[in-house]
Amino acid sequence: MSAIDADTAAPVLKASDYKSDVKPVWCPGCGDFSVLSAITKALAELGIPPHEAVVASGIGCSSRIPAYTTVYGFHSVHGRALPVASGIKLARPELTVLAAGGDGDGFSIGGNHFIHACRRNVDMTYIVMDNAVYGMTKGQASPTTEPDWTASKLTPDGPGISAFQPLEMALSAGAQFIARGFTANPNTLAHLICQAIRHPGFSLVQVLSPCITYRPEQRAYKNRVHQHFGHPEPATDRREAFARLMDDDGFSLGVLYKGSQPVYQPAPAPSATPEEVAAQFAIC
Amino acid sequence: MSNPSVSIALTGSGGAGVMTAGQMLLTAAARAGCYGLMSRSLGPQIRGGESAALLRLSTAPVDGPDDIFDLLLAFDWGNIDRFAAELPLNENSVVIYDPGQGPVPEVVREPGPRLVQVPLKEIAKGIPGGRENMVGLGLITTLIGLDAASLRQVIEERLGRKGAEAVDTSWQAVEAGAEAATVDGLPRLDQASPAAPGSRWQISGNDAVGLGALRGGVRFVAAYPITPATEILEWMAVNLPKVGGALVQCEDELASVCMALGGSYAGVPSMTATAGPGLALMTEAIGLGVASETPVVIANVMRGGPSTGIPTKSEQSDLNIACYGLHGDAPHIVTAPTSIADCVFTAQWTVYLAEALQCPAILLSDQAMGQAQAVIEKPAEVAFIGRRKVARPADLENYQRYRITADGISPVALPGMPGGQHTADGLEHAPSGTPSTQAAHHQEQLDKRRRKLDRFDYGDHWAIRAGDPEAELALITFGSLTGAARDAVTRCAEAGLPVRLIAPRLLLPVQVERLEAALAGATKLLIVEQNHEAQLRHLLAGHIRLPAVVDSLNRAGPLTIRPGEIVSALTTLAA
Ligand SMILES: Cc1ncc(C[n+]2csc(CCOP(=O)(O)OP(=O)(O)O)c2C)c(N)n1
Repeated sequence: MSAIDADTAAPVLKASDYKSDVKPVWCPGCGDFSVLSAITKALAELGIPPHEAVVASGIGCSSRIPAYTTVYGFHSVHGRALPVASGIKLARPELTVLAAGGDGDGFSIGGNHFIHACRRNVDMTYIVMDNAVYGMTKGQASPTTEPDWTASKLTPDGPGISAFQPLEMALSAGAQFIARGFTANPNTLAHLICQAIRHPGFSLVQVLSPCITYRPEQRAYKNRVHQHFGHPEPATDRREAFARLMDDDGFSLGVLYKGSQPVYQPAPAPSATPEEVAAQFAIC
Repeated sequence: MSNPSVSIALTGSGGAGVMTAGQMLLTAAARAGCYGLMSRSLGPQIRGGESAALLRLSTAPVDGPDDIFDLLLAFDWGNIDRFAAELPLNENSVVIYDPGQGPVPEVVREPGPRLVQVPLKEIAKGIPGGRENMVGLGLITTLIGLDAASLRQVIEERLGRKGAEAVDTSWQAVEAGAEAATVDGLPRLDQASPAAPGSRWQISGNDAVGLGALRGGVRFVAAYPITPATEILEWMAVNLPKVGGALVQCEDELASVCMALGGSYAGVPSMTATAGPGLALMTEAIGLGVASETPVVIANVMRGGPSTGIPTKSEQSDLNIACYGLHGDAPHIVTAPTSIADCVFTAQWTVYLAEALQCPAILLSDQAMGQAQAVIEKPAEVAFIGRRKVARPADLENYQRYRITADGISPVALPGMPGGQHTADGLEHAPSGTPSTQAAHHQEQLDKRRRKLDRFDYGDHWAIRAGDPEAELALITFGSLTGAARDAVTRCAEAGLPVRLIAPRLLLPVQVERLEAALAGATKLLIVEQNHEAQLRHLLAGHIRLPAVVDSLNRAGPLTIRPGEIVSALTTLAA
């Protein structure tokens, strides 16, 4: 679509065409700025016209992202980005659908939807801005927070329970594209998001997106991240992908797994009018 | 004239084939030109267990139960104590039972019905492969004077697939039952002339809601099963694809209502169906529908509550949560069909309202209607003019999703429309859709969301009216009780007591002016509803000026409120 058409000479879309002029609520230095940038770059790279893409989100700092783009958006309620996005895609398969939000939104209150969205394999891309904290409610532990993190007044002795493993869950539940990115380089992240959008079926991109306000120590993420889950090519075999995850320190970047299960998309073809359907009730 | 009808209860444990017999009886009556209603009472067992098929047959349309069962046919007495209260009998009733199944329980004996023994099981055993329910059918059809040819036709349709032998066996059992029909004094059905083919329907309330929604344009359904609403979803799963729609089974009701909102946001009229516990889970997202102005229909089939309550039995106790269950100031639509036939119309109308007003609409059905089957006049095909107000090219210049308009309705751009991009938001917003915490924005959006519901012309569909519109005595009810209320009003009129009946289809927004006009001149009002806390009465009292004297006839489920009780309450109130 981005190619210049001889007749209409449609301009090539730039990343800036996907950025709205609404000022984000995010703190200076928030990783989510870079995710916004990466999404806009990816959509431009894929040449998807802004009116043919939709971003659905839940609630949280990260979930504010739809309004910062120029595509169609649905900022829903806490935890429900995935069902809303699924409904959009199932009703209008021709649209490009993204779901986006935080780790609390996706793995805690929306955890059940996460599992079932992985299983259902609707063709859409889920971008989780994982800062291992509830940013919007000012710094409580999230499912991906380390058990010994003591900086929250709500869990002064640390949450004390082991962290949720999004990629293991996604792989177990049947996601067909599983990747991890980092905010330091929006171009690399954009490339990952492009691959995720292109991959048919449900794609998960976990983005390590530092919250420097409530987790200033996450500034050190840049020293911990490294390329690949032990291998430059994604696994296409689940057993292999699980094995790679067992060696993952949480900072491996890239595509872990690419599967090829069929996409879920009911494709009804109208063959009757409502009145023909109603005839089943007639007493003859 | 009051409805000359025959009421029959068939009871038995799982395996007796009570429901099959009831269905066949209803269909045979329909074939013979009669109307009828069959509701069911089921115990808690997943399979088998006690069950009762409760029928009322007549040559005139039937929308509700009678006071007393003329005939109780008991294949056995399994767990009869659990539902005997739902089978009122008196000294004119006839109880036919199988002496091989033990003595007649005290609860059945107590009202003094005539007791007649027929060895149903033994008769069935006399026919190789014969079944007691077919014996029972032969017995009943003969007693009430239903044309045998109609029953034969139904048996051929049902069993024809299994071959001529199966039909013959059943027919022998029917004939054996007919021979045993030596009881006299039972009311008989008047001779009806068969209706023109296709002019009548046999349909359940749940299927009727599905069909109405489909007629109304619903093409996306997100589903999570729950008794007694599941049949709506099952019907749509099969029938929606035929017209180009799709149904998705979800992981829970949080997902189903949100998927429906997603489908609707994408431009496809969408719905889900549920019952009390599911509606409770959905309330947050229904509020999202209000704030983001996304139409969605939630068909809620009421059952006993609170909590898991009595899943298999009827009650009208979700009125409060449907009207008041949303947080914040969240005007929305609540409708209630007034009969099984009306389920088709009301569901279609509800979709139309949700779409036209860009607002969630909760349709309140109940188990008594949803899981009952009726023989009805073929519902008229209605066309509502106007759908969701979709943005035109002029609207898309400097498009504002939540533009302030005189009628409160803002043109909506759908994904795919260039220039219409916006973010639908549950956060309070400026007209552009951009989140806002400003007092003025909050005020103007609240005003607009209220205004669109208040300014809309709901026409005459807002209520069903019957009886004498000038009567001093008024009666208000809703949902499946409307049938009993109509019967009561007819009986009162025959006894010289005029009554005006108002059964609102539109419960929210409360039609203040229309209700007050409909009540003008009435000095006394009876409010009839199937719940413990008189929820309808409180809803009305909170909104409209009621007549000086108001009384309630309300009772929790599952014991339905019968016409005779309404007549008594009206008579007492009039005195
Ligand atoms: C039903 C409900 N419960 C609680 C909240 C409060 N709340 C808003 S955002 C949030 C957590 C956000 O954390 P996360 O999803 O990780 O996103 P972040 O803000 O870190 O980007 C919570 C608990 C809410 N809005 N709704």
